Amino acid sequence: MKHWWWKFLAVALVLSASIAALRTPLAPAVVYVDAGEVSAGAAALRVVGYGTRFTESPVQAYLENGGQFVQAMRIEVADDRHLTAHFEVPAGLREDLCDLIVSAPGQGDMRLFDAFFYRSKGAGAATGTVKAPQRTQREGFVFPNRNLLYESIRNLNFHVPMWFTMMLLQTIALVFSIRVLSGGDPLHDRGALAAVQVSLLFAFLGLITGSVWARATWGGWWTGDTKLNGAAVTILIYLAYLVLRGSATDPAKRARLAAIYNIFAYVLMLLFIMALPRMTASLHPGSGGNPAFSQYDLDASLRPVFYAAVLGWMGIGTWLLHLQYRLARLEIAKNHA
Amino acid sequence: MRGAELVHLLKLEAALDLRQRAAWGGMVLYVASAIYTCHLAVQEGASGSAWSALFWIILLFAAFNALARSFQREDGGRQLYLHTLAHPRSVVLARTAYNAVTMLVLSLLSLLFYTVFLGDEPLRAGDPLQFTVAVALGGIGFASVLTLISAIAARAGSGIGLMAILGFPIVLPMLLAVMQASRLALSGALWGETAPYFLGILLIDVVALSLAWLLFPYLWRD
Repeated sequence: MKHWWWKFLAVALVLSASIAALRTPLAPAVVYVDAGEVSAGAAALRVVGYGTRFTESPVQAYLENGGQFVQAMRIEVADDRHLTAHFEVPAGLREDLCDLIVSAPGQGDMRLFDAFFYRSKGAGAATGTVKAPQRTQREGFVFPNRNLLYESIRNLNFHVPMWFTMMLLQTIALVFSIRVLSGGDPLHDRGALAAVQVSLLFAFLGLITGSVWARATWGGWWTGDTKLNGAAVTILIYLAYLVLRGSATDPAKRARLAAIYNIFAYVLMLLFIMALPRMTASLHPGSGGNPAFSQYDLDASLRPVFYAAVLGWMGIGTWLLHLQYRLARLEIAKNHA
Repeated sequence: MRGAELVHLLKLEAALDLRQRAAWGGMVLYVASAIYTCHLAVQEGASGSAWSALFWIILLFAAFNALARSFQREDGGRQLYLHTLAHPRSVVLARTAYNAVTMLVLSLLSLLFYTVFLGDEPLRAGDPLQFTVAVALGGIGFASVLTLISAIAARAGSGIGLMAILGFPIVLPMLLAVMQASRLALSGALWGETAPYFLGILLIDVVALSLAWLLFPYLWRD
């Protein structure tokens, strides 16, 4: 029991994080406005929300453009998800694109970024604007609801932990490989092999979850993105590692060759993953100049679930490795007996 | 490991290569046939990106072909003999340097053949000097990354097949950088735009060489 606690902890973390990832509702958000472009004058904007409760409490609507705010004159709420906001849009606002903000007590400020083009640009509107409205607080435990991502943001708690776990296991394999070269214990060689095998399992899980996500947000199962090239290189390297082990027959020589290849490949792969994506364009969060999730919307509710998922999956990966390692130890002991 | 030892080993490499002129002939012929095949396949002249893609595919496989034989000529006895004479780190440094020179010559030769048979319009539309630098750096880069891989494949007792499997994922980052640089060169970019890629390639070279220096003695121990 004493040695088991971390396995129970890992299972508990993965289960609770997965349930939370799938069951937590998304924050209410504005997802659609029926206007493409708007000029100065009266404008009636039909607004569609997702997970919103417009009928529950009084709703306010604003436009924001270059730091200036315009309040809706009148709002007709059709049902919980649909309303029409009537604006008197002034001339001379500063920017080409307007944000739309719908706010309701308990549901927070629902902002649709770059909602439509504004056709009467100038040096700032003289009349018709209001002060920045007071922020309304959102209640309840909800995930952020972002354009393009929508419900798929839940995948953050599955896709990213897979890659983190894979990297952890590959680093363990590296340590085993270094110990092979400095000592030559056959158990270390088997440990490196076990770590590589389990890391490949997580790499394929990361690939599948990433592919589904790419399909939902980018429109293709596989794209030419730098981050995806990095993933492909990683998987090819460790498959090549397995092929190399298969083609050398003498166990001591195989252990050394595999260890050398593993160290060489790991360091060059690290260099590739750290350096090159910063030089090329990428759609993937966290590369090509894009911020990672943590910088803008890994907010208070998503963060604990995400960390629990990462720790839990790392625990499961370590458990799998531990089983493989013990199996190898038994095999070696049996061969010696 | 001394400088004199390195010079001796380099001379040895050159002498062995001179004795096996057929090997050089084979490499050049390999490139020439690949380029001629492309010439036959691409009748109306290739556009810029296809032109550069074909060239890099040819050079990549030529590099695998040329570098695979780098450690193949040491069978058990000769390797042991060399081991008693020289430090393994000198051996790997000398051989990487020699391979780099080989690849430099081979890649520039390939570029020459390539422009003769597939035309130099894309090259003249961009910056020929930048493209040539990218090709030269790419050739040297392939040599620095693939020399240790070639040694591993030779020690595993397999031929060029294993070398390609082991080497491809490792050379891919460098290939991506060098292809990006040559795309920029062909579109007439300034030196300032391609320089980060060239520096990236040099960085990979340095890291690969240090790792080879560090790891090779373990590879040679039996």
